[in-house]
Amino acid sequence: MIRIENLSKSFTLHNQGGAVIPVMAGASLTVAPGECVGLTGQSGAGKSTLMRMVYGNYLAAEGRLTVGGLDVATATPREIIRLRRETLGYVSQFLRVVPRVPTLDVVADPLLSLGTPPDQARARAASLLTRLNIPERLWTLSPTTFSGGEQQRVNIARGFAHAYPVLLLDEPTASLDAANREVVLSLIEEAKTRGAAILGIFHDEAARTRVCDRLVDVTGFTPRLIPGAAA
Amino acid sequence: MTVLERIVATDEPLLKVDGLTKRYGSRIGCADVSFDLYPGEVLGIVGESGSGKSTLLSCLAGHQRPDLGRIAYDGRDVLAMSETDRRRLSRTDWAYVHQNPRDGLRMGVSAGGNVGERLMAVGARHYGEIRGKASDWLGRVEISCDRIDDRPSAFSGGMQQRLQIARNLVTSPRLVFMDEPTGGLDVSVQARLLDLLRGLVRDLGLSVIIVTHDLAVVRLLAHRLMVMKSGRVVEQGLTDQVLDDPQHAYTQLLVSSVLQV
Amino acid sequence: MTDQAYNFAYLDEQTKRMIRRAILKGIAVPGYQVPFASREMPMPYGWGTGGVQVMAACLVPEDRLKVIDQGADDTTNAVSIRKFFARTAGVAVTEHTTEATVIQTRHRIPETPLKPGQILVYQVPIPEPLRFLEPRETETRKMHELEEYGLMHVKLYEDIARHGQIATSYAYPVKVESRYVMDPSPIPKFDNPKLSGNPAIQLFGAGREQRIYAVPPWTEVVSLDFDDHSFHASKAPHDCDLCGSSHSYLDEVITDDQGGRMFVCSDTDFCEGRRARGMKGRLWAPEPEAAE
Repeated sequence: MIRIENLSKSFTLHNQGGAVIPVMAGASLTVAPGECVGLTGQSGAGKSTLMRMVYGNYLAAEGRLTVGGLDVATATPREIIRLRRETLGYVSQFLRVVPRVPTLDVVADPLLSLGTPPDQARARAASLLTRLNIPERLWTLSPTTFSGGEQQRVNIARGFAHAYPVLLLDEPTASLDAANREVVLSLIEEAKTRGAAILGIFHDEAARTRVCDRLVDVTGFTPRLIPGAAA
Repeated sequence: MTVLERIVATDEPLLKVDGLTKRYGSRIGCADVSFDLYPGEVLGIVGESGSGKSTLLSCLAGHQRPDLGRIAYDGRDVLAMSETDRRRLSRTDWAYVHQNPRDGLRMGVSAGGNVGERLMAVGARHYGEIRGKASDWLGRVEISCDRIDDRPSAFSGGMQQRLQIARNLVTSPRLVFMDEPTGGLDVSVQARLLDLLRGLVRDLGLSVIIVTHDLAVVRLLAHRLMVMKSGRVVEQGLTDQVLDDPQHAYTQLLVSSVLQV
Repeated sequence: MTDQAYNFAYLDEQTKRMIRRAILKGIAVPGYQVPFASREMPMPYGWGTGGVQVMAACLVPEDRLKVIDQGADDTTNAVSIRKFFARTAGVAVTEHTTEATVIQTRHRIPETPLKPGQILVYQVPIPEPLRFLEPRETETRKMHELEEYGLMHVKLYEDIARHGQIATSYAYPVKVESRYVMDPSPIPKFDNPKLSGNPAIQLFGAGREQRIYAVPPWTEVVSLDFDDHSFHASKAPHDCDLCGSSHSYLDEVITDDQGGRMFVCSDTDFCEGRRARGMKGRLWAPEPEAAE
């Protein structure tokens, strides 16, 4: 479902003398349906960058990057919007929502965008929030006021609301207690069982071992250049 | 067919803009702007004051006539239309939300009359039905129905802006132009309005062109983003991609200039 | 200076020709407001300078003139204008609707039905019916051009919202021949039905605003309304206390400090005509002191 071939990425900082910072070169990997691939490598090696490129959040400089048959590197915004709505889910580390929207609707939002009837979408959202131990009295409040752990769980519920064929997970178990961590891991396992292709970053080694079928070390994709020489 | 199915089913842009240019003497208002807008899509236009974003919006909405270029709405050449047709379009299929609600509302007319005006303009002649629709729309923009006979001057800024939105959407337009719709509102009021707009866009399948200098607003509302500088589009793309991985020097400056909260 | 120092009907011939062109255009485009170069008249604005100029352009020496103000022939405005033309044009005058060839009116249409060949000239203070909600002249002209008349109904909507019914009782907006929305001048809405299908030529002159418009004979004039709040030509629910008429527009007259009042026809010629034919109202006492 995800196929990356010889992908490279650099940032050009126009306001700092046009410095070009290469951050990735020759990245290649594939993720098959029902498979979970974990990205490893030191902090700053480019794990998140790669995830963001797959999501279409960062532009790729060169190479091929297809998700569900769509070449994200060359797709139009409209195609990416549809890909994200129907095929590609992303659980980031940060919750970014319109303030004031109740938690239940934040979680139901991906389903509503797909045209799911509101009561059905909210029922699905409610069951996920229940599973992730978000007390019902919080559902009508905006998650912007929640603690970090609660926000993370709302984010996960939102990411799993729709059965995306492809999922990107950035540290889904960070800042969770043992019980909630267990819930998230079983959600991931269930997604794999239904055939989702998952690409993830897991610092939690036990979690990684449990859900990942393969690991890819992104250090191999890091350009080996003397800092500053690129400018 | 639901709104969404209808949107997904069409692959034709609702609005096609090609090479739009407007000059004020030797000064450029906007130059060579081209883009397609699809049904259900929200396009944000950002840039600092004087970047041409407001000129572009007023050319698109028919308030000004561009010097060059083409605008096709739903397959029809807007610039070749008679004024009668264009004005009819702008009070049925199109809507325009002004930054200052006073520019978009009739301050001497009750809330119900404000919402009902577009209905009456297209021939509604049944008082009870007009009032019923007005009351329904006030509810949708979270204005209590018992305020229907109050004048907008008795409303808060946020309420006035919501009333302006109701007044515009009552004829079920397909294309909405918004000029800094959240400008001049308190932050908490802004959030409420954004939430409302997002819901309306999704439920009604609206296509929206929103001009703003507030990057947080476009991040939450716009699917796509166009960055303007000195009358020209310097960068466009997926909203989060443009904001998180800006390619043009000016966009990088714009994004890095935003105060982080 | 003698009366002969004035041209016939006060205005010079070139001015009258200019006004006649505007009138003809107005007749050709019923309900459309034709701009004209309004002249200074020897009376203040608000006294009917528009109607007087239209009248001056219409008069011929053979005309017989009637002038009414709120239906009455004997009020200051009516008397002054009648005298003005009697003096500057030397035309005959009358108080009888049936005898007049040209009638100038302020705020009424005579009760007695008009006949073909008669001309009714209205004095108009504000010719633009859209002015109430749209102050920009450029915009109102555009709205007329493009037939964007939703705003007129907003005005009526506001009436119902505020008063439970259409409370506009005079200058009630009309649509002429399904095209132009027109202000019928401040006549009571009771008179509106008489605008439509009238055999006489109806001319409207606004001096200060410099506009002339017209309703040619047999023109359809419809009062605007809602399907569920239809137009109703209302009047006070009484009979005339002098002539007993049950179908004429009435003025309420306070007769003492104890709340005494009476209702009388606003059209004095109509009322007198009925009484002359022996019809009596509740309070009619035929000239008690006339014996001397």
